[in-house]
Amino acid sequence: MLKTRVIPCLDVADGRVVKGVNFVDLVDAGDPVQAARAYDAAGADEICFLDIHATHENRGTMFDLVTRTAEACFVPLTVGGGVRSHHDVRALLLAGADKVSFNSAALANPDVIAEAADRFGSQCIVCAIDAKTVAPGKWEIFTHGGRKPTGIDAVEFARTVAAKGAGEILLTSMDRDGTKSGFNIPLTRAVADAVNVPVIASGGVGALEHLAEGVLEGHASAVLAASIFHFGTFSVREAKEHMAAAGIPVRLI
Amino acid sequence: MRVALVDYDSGNLHSAEKAFALMGRETGAEVVVTSDPEVVARAERIVLPGDGAFPACKAALDAVPGMVEALREAVLARGVPFMGICVGMQMLADLGHEYRDTAGLGWIGGEIDAITAPGLKVPHMGWNDLAVLAPHPVLEGIATGDHAYFVHSWQFRVTDPAHLLAVADYGGPVTAVVGRDNIIGTQFHPEKSQAVGLRIIGNFLRWRP
Repeated sequence: MLKTRVIPCLDVADGRVVKGVNFVDLVDAGDPVQAARAYDAAGADEICFLDIHATHENRGTMFDLVTRTAEACFVPLTVGGGVRSHHDVRALLLAGADKVSFNSAALANPDVIAEAADRFGSQCIVCAIDAKTVAPGKWEIFTHGGRKPTGIDAVEFARTVAAKGAGEILLTSMDRDGTKSGFNIPLTRAVADAVNVPVIASGGVGALEHLAEGVLEGHASAVLAASIFHFGTFSVREAKEHMAAAGIPVRLI
Repeated sequence: MRVALVDYDSGNLHSAEKAFALMGRETGAEVVVTSDPEVVARAERIVLPGDGAFPACKAALDAVPGMVEALREAVLARGVPFMGICVGMQMLADLGHEYRDTAGLGWIGGEIDAITAPGLKVPHMGWNDLAVLAPHPVLEGIATGDHAYFVHSWQFRVTDPAHLLAVADYGGPVTAVVGRDNIIGTQFHPEKSQAVGLRIIGNFLRWRP
C-alpha cells in the first residue's frame, strides 16, 4: 500500500538554514546538509529545501548545497525558490535535486511548467501554490509571503498546472502559515479533490493532529512541516506514529 | 570493475550516479556516466535510467548513434549484468502504449500499460511496500514489506510470470521488479529508496549471473 509521506522542509537563505535546526545535536545547526542528513536518518520520506532569498548571485551556493545533500541523502530531494525556467530546473537536477518546484514564475506564465515537464518529465516538476481564503469556499493565490493578492483562484490554477504537466502540487495555507493552528482544511481538500496529481499540504502545522487532519480531512497525499521538526517539538517518528494511530498508512523505519 | 551509467539526455541521472558511486566505493566498482557506445560496449555492468515518457526516452536512446547496438552486444551477446530503472526498466518490454505505441528493446516479454487504480491518484508517487515473489541475487536481503520509492503512471505487464520478481499494491498489483538471466529492472528508484535501495544497488554491483 502506498504510504502517506512526511516531508520536513528547510527554509534556506544564503546557504544557511533559517532559524537553525535544534532537534538533534548537530555540530552546525545552520548547515542544511547536516540537517538533511539528520532528517534522512530520522525516517523522513522526502526532504524539501526552499531558497527563500533566491537571487542570481546566491544560486551557486544553493547548487553546492544540493550537490552535497544529494551525495549523502538517498531519499527524494525537492528544491524550490527562485526557479524561473527550465534552465533553472536543469541546473538543479544536474546538481542532484530530484524534483524542482516552481512558484511565482508559473503564476506569470503557466507554460513554464509545460516546458519543464516536456524536457524532464512530470515526475520532477512540482508547482507550489500559496493561497488563502478570501470568501467562503473561495481561495486566492497570494505572493510576497502572503501580502500580495494575484486575483488567481487557487483551485482553478491547480487544475491548470496539473494539466500543463506538474507532477505534484505543494499547497501552502498562507492564512495558516506560522500560526500553528493547522492546515486550511477546506482549501486543501478543494485542491486535492480537484486534481489527480498528489497534493502536499503545508502551512500551519503546530500539533500532530494537524498532520492527520491534512490527510484524513484535507485529502493530502503528503504533509510538509518545518518548525515542529526543526525545534524538536516532535520527531519525524512521532509524527508518523501519530498518523499510524489515526489509521493513516506510513513508512516506519 | 567499470559500471556504465548510460546518459542519453533523458531526465535526471545524477541521483543515480551518486548512489551508484557510493556503493561502487564499497564494492570496488568505478561508475562512469557515459553517452559513448564504446564505453558501454566494454563495461562490466550497465545501468539504464530513464525519466519521463516512454516514447521520448526510447527516441532519445535511439538517437545516440550506436548505443542500442552497443547495449545489445554487451547485454545479449556478452551477458553483461544490466539494470534498468523506471522508464529504463520499462524499455525492456516489447511495446509501450504511453501516448502512442512504441517498440521497446524487447528483452523481457511484455507491454507497458497505464496504471488503472480507480479512486487513487496517478502518478503512483511515494513509498510503497514490496512483495517479493521470487528470490533473486539482486534482491538478497530485501524482504516483503520493505519500502521503495516509486513515481510512475505506467507499468510493466510481463508475458511470462516467471519474469515478475516483485510487486507493490496500488489498487491491485503493480510491477516493481522484473528480470531474467543477466537482466533486471526496477520500476522504483533504488537511488531514492534509502537503505533498501542502496542494498539493491550493492547487490547488483556484486551480482555474477
